[in-house]
Amino acid sequence: MGTVTRVDGPLVEIEGLAGAAMFESVVLGPHRLPGEIIALRGDRATVQAYEYTGGLAPGQPAERRGAPLSARLGPHLLGGVFDGLLRPLGGVGMWLDPAAPPARTDDRSWRFTPLAGEGRAAPRGTTLGSVESGSSPPYLVLSPGGEVARIRPAGPCPSRAPVAVVGGVEVTLEREQPVRRALPYAARLPEPVPLTTGQRVVDLLLPVSLGGTVAVPGGFGTGKTVLLQQIAKWCDADVVVYVGCGERGNEMADVVAELGELADPRTGGRLADRTVVIANTSNMPMMAREASVYTGVTVAEHFRDMGYDVVVIADSTSRWAEALRELGSRRGALPAEEGYPADLASALAAFYERAGRVTTLGGATGSVTIIGAVSPPGGDMTEPVTAQTQRFVRTLWALDRDLAYARHYPAVSWPGSFARDADAMAAAVPGGAERRGRVSGLLAEAERVSALAELVGAGTLPPQERVALLAGQLIAEGFLRQSALSPRDAFCRPERTALLADALLAVVDRCRTLVEGQVPVARLEQQDFTPILRAKEAPEKEIAALRDTVLAALEGSR
Amino acid sequence: MTARAPVWAPVEYTDVVELRGPLIVVRTARGVGWDEQASIELETGERRQGLVLEADHDLAVVQVFEGTAGIRAEGTRVAFAGHPLRIPVGPGWLGRVCDGRGRPLDGGPPVFGAADAAVNGLPLNPTLREPPSEPVLTGVSAIDLLTTLVRGQKIAVFSVGGLPHLELAAQIAAQANAGGETFTVVFAAIGLTHADAATVRDTLEERSAAGELTLLLNLADDPVIERILTPRLALTIAEHLAFAMGHHVLVVLADMTGYCEAVREVSAARGEIPARRAYPGYLYSDLASLYERCGRVRGRPGSLTVLPVLTMPAGDITHPVPDLTGYITEGQILLTRDVGPYPHIDPLSSLSRMMRAGVGAGRTRPEHADLAAQIVAALSRARQARELAELVGESALGEGDRRHLALAEAFTRRLLAQRGDEPRSLADTFGRAWEVVSVLPRRDLTMLSPEALDAGYRERR
Repeated sequence: MGTVTRVDGPLVEIEGLAGAAMFESVVLGPHRLPGEIIALRGDRATVQAYEYTGGLAPGQPAERRGAPLSARLGPHLLGGVFDGLLRPLGGVGMWLDPAAPPARTDDRSWRFTPLAGEGRAAPRGTTLGSVESGSSPPYLVLSPGGEVARIRPAGPCPSRAPVAVVGGVEVTLEREQPVRRALPYAARLPEPVPLTTGQRVVDLLLPVSLGGTVAVPGGFGTGKTVLLQQIAKWCDADVVVYVGCGERGNEMADVVAELGELADPRTGGRLADRTVVIANTSNMPMMAREASVYTGVTVAEHFRDMGYDVVVIADSTSRWAEALRELGSRRGALPAEEGYPADLASALAAFYERAGRVTTLGGATGSVTIIGAVSPPGGDMTEPVTAQTQRFVRTLWALDRDLAYARHYPAVSWPGSFARDADAMAAAVPGGAERRGRVSGLLAEAERVSALAELVGAGTLPPQERVALLAGQLIAEGFLRQSALSPRDAFCRPERTALLADALLAVVDRCRTLVEGQVPVARLEQQDFTPILRAKEAPEKEIAALRDTVLAALEGSR
Repeated sequence: MTARAPVWAPVEYTDVVELRGPLIVVRTARGVGWDEQASIELETGERRQGLVLEADHDLAVVQVFEGTAGIRAEGTRVAFAGHPLRIPVGPGWLGRVCDGRGRPLDGGPPVFGAADAAVNGLPLNPTLREPPSEPVLTGVSAIDLLTTLVRGQKIAVFSVGGLPHLELAAQIAAQANAGGETFTVVFAAIGLTHADAATVRDTLEERSAAGELTLLLNLADDPVIERILTPRLALTIAEHLAFAMGHHVLVVLADMTGYCEAVREVSAARGEIPARRAYPGYLYSDLASLYERCGRVRGRPGSLTVLPVLTMPAGDITHPVPDLTGYITEGQILLTRDVGPYPHIDPLSSLSRMMRAGVGAGRTRPEHADLAAQIVAALSRARQARELAELVGESALGEGDRRHLALAEAFTRRLLAQRGDEPRSLADTFGRAWEVVSVLPRRDLTMLSPEALDAGYRERR
């Protein structure tokens, strides 16, 4: 038992904590506020508190918990909404009062089915049994390794009751897991396998692999949150962990409400059932925001170990980095760039490096993909968090204010973004590499020509360059632009993406040929391209007909 | 938010050992809690209020809201309340004009309430938030049509110095309503000049007399530190009106730049490591703790809409104050000199993220979202055409571009331009909007449905 000696917001100093370990959890004061040791000198400890410390005073007690900051993992996670320390927000009061008594514990029962036999060896990470949880993927109970001495028969099982004894260890449905240390796996898998997001600009031009890492930098108003919500809703992951770290409360409410209403296109159940929402909004305790990205990744690794593909969406990592900065400055740590602590880069790397597609200890294949939003102050892409993040991600979707102002969503800037595994992934699809090469080539050319056109006026350019401008417009409007509000366009299957791209490429090809055949380019520019531009709203089988309508009309301009 | 008997400070006087900027350091007899309320008594008998910024062994650093001018180490005594700052809440605030700390300026008695509440508030459980979905009508055409305020939303007004943003804020505060439901305004003036405060007071007089307004005035020559308290007071009063009494409440916070400067001043006095432009690294969290107090609560009537108003220093939207505000608020109304007449709202840079949920059939007009999108798209094309005309001359423009320039002209003249004392009904605003889009031929209006066009489009004679 120690004694609080100094309180400065979330920074608390304690005396008399002999034997404490770095990053050990402590509870502070009469309301037992959670905290974590971040520095030790003799028996004096510096603690970051995870809750508002108003009223906490020197002289009050502090107590060691004997374990590092841990999160409670279990079948209750799917479909739930939690705070940054993974405490359920459902069923607690309207106001989050740190001095309120802790919420009642979750004593739901789950339907357990054993999948391992008594007396058999169950190597570490293999499946002992499964739990049904609605329409979501079954929750698997994994072995700590050893011989199965006892296992529970099929039937309802409370969260905290033992389901098996393996290697002398009692296994329960839920367990406490330290969040700052990555869960182990057997091996990383090198070859990239694409994650389908349903967003055309991403899937064709800037793909992300299962186990990949993405940063999404964008100033306010560029549609970051909407893009991330679209991916959370439509990507083909088994489990999505949505971490709102320091974002708007109304938007979190929106995410939760929408997930609850929407049907999962793959299972027919609710989307919410495959989603874990961590909602540590901007006015919730700042230090719990710092912890929230680690709890999010820990949840993801937990499901990865069951052999699932998991996507972690963190909105936004800039707010998380600000929490690091805030604590650094209170602690008196020497600031590096823009007041951020010197270990900012290490902290970012430690987060993004927990992504990966792996062979689990039990021999299954699973992945954790991390998509982190970045909110660059003043839209400045050279600021430390944006700049450092770019070093650790394989894919970057930079959002562009000009596109957003023109109401072109998703406002992903194709020249300003990158996807380092794009070629390898495109090559795995028949015709994929060529399609991607042609679309990005046309966009690059249009970009170059439009810079020129702004100087000399489009009318004075040679015909081929004017066709390039036209092609750029057609692709931007008919392909890259995608409406999150349209039921048909919100999500686009990879096959449909390919169809749309090919239809537009065919139109562009015809324009090229016609201009080469001395058809005046102005005549092409006045053509009505509406049918092909509206193809993204049309049923899939009509896309070819819409393309042919435009091709025939073009033919008529000869 | 719990009702409780008045809490009297345990009378405990302590020594002042240091004075520095707005801070005093006192030696206490017992452990004083962080963020605890302090009461400072000068030799003259004058009382000031403060909060504990840091508690270190038997020393407490107290920030004094009225400033430390005139405080001597000798003879000054400090007492602590034993809890963070609380104020009375309830209907007693309605119709009152008080200073930035809630003391009457209207000659009335001090405000009492049956309950009291901590001014810091508590975070609202995000799972119990109801996504905002009904409009607040401001009677300002450009806002109601293009950047509709939605009940429970927070939306900022960004302005460059010298534009009438306060007049606009006051006009909104005077006219806003929730279509017949109980509507209340809490207006927090933060560091306003006497002249500005007088304008605001005049504009809001009627609403105040009707008992629908609480006005908190922290003036430019009031103590800077008091500014940190004013918005918290306003929001605490508003939270009770909204979530305990079921009112639709609009909180106007003007000017937040003055607030942030006060936060910076305390931060500098404490010797904290500065972040951007010497604002402290926790400015985002601090602003969020104010703006995030907006919202609606599942299963309860009432809503709390927050309208922070701020001047962008040197017109720079990337300055930390507008930048961090923009990251927290759900949209912005941008005032610019480039847009001619009052209210100077730039329709292209202004955005209400919640708008789509708050407009349409049963809320405003069925065609609202499409009509607004159509006007913004046309204005965007007009802006391009104008840029082109500056390069090549207006005579070189195509017919389509010229029509769009005519639309922009009609927009400015008929819809945007509005007097400061002119409340416009929704019907009036929509009449004007249709008049504006009807400048274009029907075939140009691809974002509007044929039914909407049949109902609203006006053939030109």
